[in-house]
Amino acid sequence: MSDRRSLFEKVWDLHSVRQLPSGQTQLFIGLHLIHEVTSPQAFAILRDRGLKVSYPERTVATVDHIVPTDVQLRPFADGLAEEMMSAIERNCRDFGVRLFDLKDERQGVVHIVGPEQGLTQPGMTIACGDSHTSTHGAFGAIAFGIGTSQVADVLATQTLAMSRPKVRRIEVNGQLRAGVFAKDVILHIIRKLGVQGGVGYAYEYAGEVFDRMSMEERMTVCNMSIEGGARCGYINPDQTTVDYLKGRPFAPQGAEFDKAAAWWLSLASSPDATFDDRVSYDAADIEPTVTWGINPAQSVGVSEHLPHVADFPNDEQKGIGEAFQYMGLEEGAELKGLKINVAFIGSCTNGRISDLREAAAIVRGRKVAPGIKALVVPGSQLVRKQAMAEGLDKVFEEAGFEWRGAGCSMCLAMNPDKLKGREICASSSNRNFKGRQGSPTGRTLLMSPAMVAAAALKGEVADVRELL
Amino acid sequence: MPQQIRSITGTGVPLLLDDIDTDRIIPARFLRCVTFDGLGEHSFEDDRQQDPGHPFNKPEFREGSVLVAGRNFGCGSSREHAPQALMRWGIKAIVAESFAEIFFGNCGALGIPCVRASRADLEKLASAVAADPTLPVTVDLDVLQVIAGPLTCSIEMPDGPRKSLMTGNWDFLGQLLEGADAVKTTTGKLPYMSGFKA
Repeated sequence: MSDRRSLFEKVWDLHSVRQLPSGQTQLFIGLHLIHEVTSPQAFAILRDRGLKVSYPERTVATVDHIVPTDVQLRPFADGLAEEMMSAIERNCRDFGVRLFDLKDERQGVVHIVGPEQGLTQPGMTIACGDSHTSTHGAFGAIAFGIGTSQVADVLATQTLAMSRPKVRRIEVNGQLRAGVFAKDVILHIIRKLGVQGGVGYAYEYAGEVFDRMSMEERMTVCNMSIEGGARCGYINPDQTTVDYLKGRPFAPQGAEFDKAAAWWLSLASSPDATFDDRVSYDAADIEPTVTWGINPAQSVGVSEHLPHVADFPNDEQKGIGEAFQYMGLEEGAELKGLKINVAFIGSCTNGRISDLREAAAIVRGRKVAPGIKALVVPGSQLVRKQAMAEGLDKVFEEAGFEWRGAGCSMCLAMNPDKLKGREICASSSNRNFKGRQGSPTGRTLLMSPAMVAAAALKGEVADVRELL
Repeated sequence: MPQQIRSITGTGVPLLLDDIDTDRIIPARFLRCVTFDGLGEHSFEDDRQQDPGHPFNKPEFREGSVLVAGRNFGCGSSREHAPQALMRWGIKAIVAESFAEIFFGNCGALGIPCVRASRADLEKLASAVAADPTLPVTVDLDVLQVIAGPLTCSIEMPDGPRKSLMTGNWDFLGQLLEGADAVKTTTGKLPYMSGFKA
């Protein structure tokens, strides 16, 4: 009899250990990724209770959030950052956990490192104390963010107490237009479904557009599932997935790889799988998309005008009004042409080599507009090395961008890279929340790396299609 | 075993806004720490700086322990620092139209009930609390009601998390440790734990 389950159901069932008294499932976690921000209190819980890490080989640590991307000499200038760095070094040493630290070329943003090393594999459950863990769903894994108490749960038991979500299949078919990237696809989906549309759901992304995407593009899409409220999002494994993993350090090798690949491919959702909900979009309707407000659903196509408060349902108008006020924008105005102060290319959403190549292709032979601070922050040391081997660092530097070391940088302002005052930043990151980029009054416009490059060159929100 | 949480009674704090993200609840710069101590006083730090009328700035709500919020409360980052900050501020229960999932789970692990109410009821509740900051508000998980003076609203909470609070089973680590043998059975079936031999 054929297996009519979705990938989500197959992977969930395989990892279900037992039902807990509350009715929740005890779920085994195949890969646990940790970083310096959400782990110290979890290790403290283990110490308090006299517990050890139950499956130390299934947890991997790196450092990213607080890492300065310019001067990385220890001790860090920020004493608090230094304390956190020392804590993760000590915790990993004491509990026998593998750590990719700053001296290790495998260091980088946790959601870039896992796939790059082949740690992230199809059919796994993956957890990390970071909401963008959904990134790893690009491989056909069930991957989701957890809080620090849950980080302690995974360290001590390699399991979590979880309620099973529903599954929504999101299809995008047709052909993306030139200048439209994976980032635009996910911003478009979030715009359509809202920032809370995914609460209670896992998202399965399917259809021609995702089938054609590279693994890096798929990661960009899955990364922002959480911005649409979905704790996890995934794409069924296919030959693109298998090809990406072949030869990666932590992927199976030799004959074992072929067996693994056969199993991975068998996990894809059955053509007769049933879903709790289905939606579909036409790729041709997607434009280069830019957020204008204070959550990732508040976006428009770059050639559109901003909405009017009155366009929204009554109970949403207060929030929309708040967004206009915070951003200092006029209802119905054009977003194109809005002056920016800072341009940031990087983050777990768009800090991979393909992102840097796409941005470099726009930047090559051109100059950053006067007065704009522009920075490129590779997502990992290996991305940085690859980019430099291709000469991309020179392309960016000659144009007037700063070329930095690997880290989370200006995505979340836990390190020295921050906006000042009411600066406006064209950003390839994932969140445009109030104060997100480090200034309590700073303003963020989310867009694709190519669109950030275009904005840096023009000094204002620009349509990258005019620079292709 | 942690205490059984069947109901919470206190005064309210009205914050009926939608999509309040965890960056607003506790800005990232305060996450540069290795313990959760001291986070409470920074709850909504930037919102409070920018809005003198923010309820967390008003002395009459300083003792409030039942937060009345809008839709998608706690969206964004997985940082447990957000509920940890609210808990240390004095919040013991949250009534909202809906919650972001990771935030909801984090609250569950800290023994903070997160219950849902209709928009209409939340508006009545927020008005009642704003009009009388001393009004006692009870969140009763047993009968699934919020009672605030003459006002009674029905609330919802998913069965599993509700039961875990009411029976004092919200220390998940203890329960998960008890499953160690069953975990071995599961790992034995996982191809990636056995060289893909299966």
